[in-house]
Amino acid sequence: MLRARHYVIASTILVALVLQIMPLPIQADLYRPDWVLIVLAYWTMALPHRVNVGVAFLAGLAMDILLGTALGIHSLALSASVYVLAANYQRLRNYSVWQQAIIIGLLCSLYHLVLFWLQHLLTDIPFQFAYLWPIFSSMILWPWIFWLLRKLRRQLTIT
Amino acid sequence: MDTIFTRGPSLNNRLALAIALSVLLIFADHKLDAFQSTRVYLNSIMSPLQYIANLPKVLLNESAQRLTSHQALLADNERLTNQNLKMSEQLQRFNVLQAENAELRKLLDVPVKPQVRKMVAELMAVDNNPFSQQIMINKGALDGVYLSQSVLDDRGIVGQVMEVGTTNSRVVLISDVTHAIPVRSLRNNIRFVATGNGAFDELFLEHVPHSVDVQEGDMLVSSGLGEVFPEGYPVARVSSVVHDEGRPFATVTAQPLARLDRLKHLLLLWPQQRPDADTEQQAQEPQSAASQQGE
Repeated sequence: MLRARHYVIASTILVALVLQIMPLPIQADLYRPDWVLIVLAYWTMALPHRVNVGVAFLAGLAMDILLGTALGIHSLALSASVYVLAANYQRLRNYSVWQQAIIIGLLCSLYHLVLFWLQHLLTDIPFQFAYLWPIFSSMILWPWIFWLLRKLRRQLTIT
Repeated sequence: MDTIFTRGPSLNNRLALAIALSVLLIFADHKLDAFQSTRVYLNSIMSPLQYIANLPKVLLNESAQRLTSHQALLADNERLTNQNLKMSEQLQRFNVLQAENAELRKLLDVPVKPQVRKMVAELMAVDNNPFSQQIMINKGALDGVYLSQSVLDDRGIVGQVMEVGTTNSRVVLISDVTHAIPVRSLRNNIRFVATGNGAFDELFLEHVPHSVDVQEGDMLVSSGLGEVFPEGYPVARVSSVVHDEGRPFATVTAQPLARLDRLKHLLLLWPQQRPDADTEQQAQEPQSAASQQGE
């Protein structure tokens, strides 16, 4: 049973990776939420002894390969964001879902700023506020993902 | 097992380790290019995810194809027949010109430009990293794709291959901020370097002195310098020239001829290889007629 449970977390992260690279129309692409970050955030808050910085680092490496960025950029940004959650999970668990959504928004801003900052160091890219739209879509998405993954976790009794 | 004591290194140490590893990876990958050869394997491991992500698009295309009406097919057929007729007329003239050109080049002792091997590839996915302009195509190392190979569409140069996987590869577009392409003006053969600026419809010409003769509407073709892109393929058309004497150089922008935002079928070139002898005749026909004609 432990093996089957192991696969649930890994497969939700894989689904998030697929959603992260799924081709979308250009208009919608701007608002693509940070699927991987949200899913990692849920598991970190729910099961911090199973998912924390290490898993985030590996998921980040996978994203670097999929997105063709220099290896290490997404893994750094994801590990840093997940660290903040893992360090404060006991407090964050007691917040209501909407308060958590705000925290997720802040976390997404951190994630995007780290991403932008690192890529700005490597190549000369200008900042556009359009890069920040995913923060809002991630905040809106959070309650639904939270509900879905909690249901999954309780039904399969993943600990 | 949920204990209050964590196993393994503490959270802070894990973060320190992750950051140190990431920084090391970034440095090794970006500055030292240490993963040039391993990237093929890494991409191949990850490519199933890309195929899954691409599935909805494939299914939609398939169903759209099944649902096209008889009328639309007829209209398409007529349009293509007309186009074919026009192109074959152009081809007739082109063949004569080509023979004549080869003759003249021989007279001048200039090497005749050979036919090159080509292959049609299809767009798999557009990268959604907002900081870079890259696409995935469905041909890889198995088809003979190599690093920094030129990629074209039906109008002009699209970009070059940046990473090769086993069955797919990543192409960086000429409009990416990290990309520059050597070009020359078709009107007066002045050489420029056209760099991307992250927008699909704009290239910058770098370091153009105010005295240089460049006008709006000038056609820019690849100059073949730098030995990445073969010579003579259309790249862009100059869209604006601003002479501000307060600045050291003129501000010249050009619009790429390839429609970078609506790519579907792409052409890969092997400038070093001639088409195989038995397909040589075929290779002279319009590229859209046959797929994988280089094989």
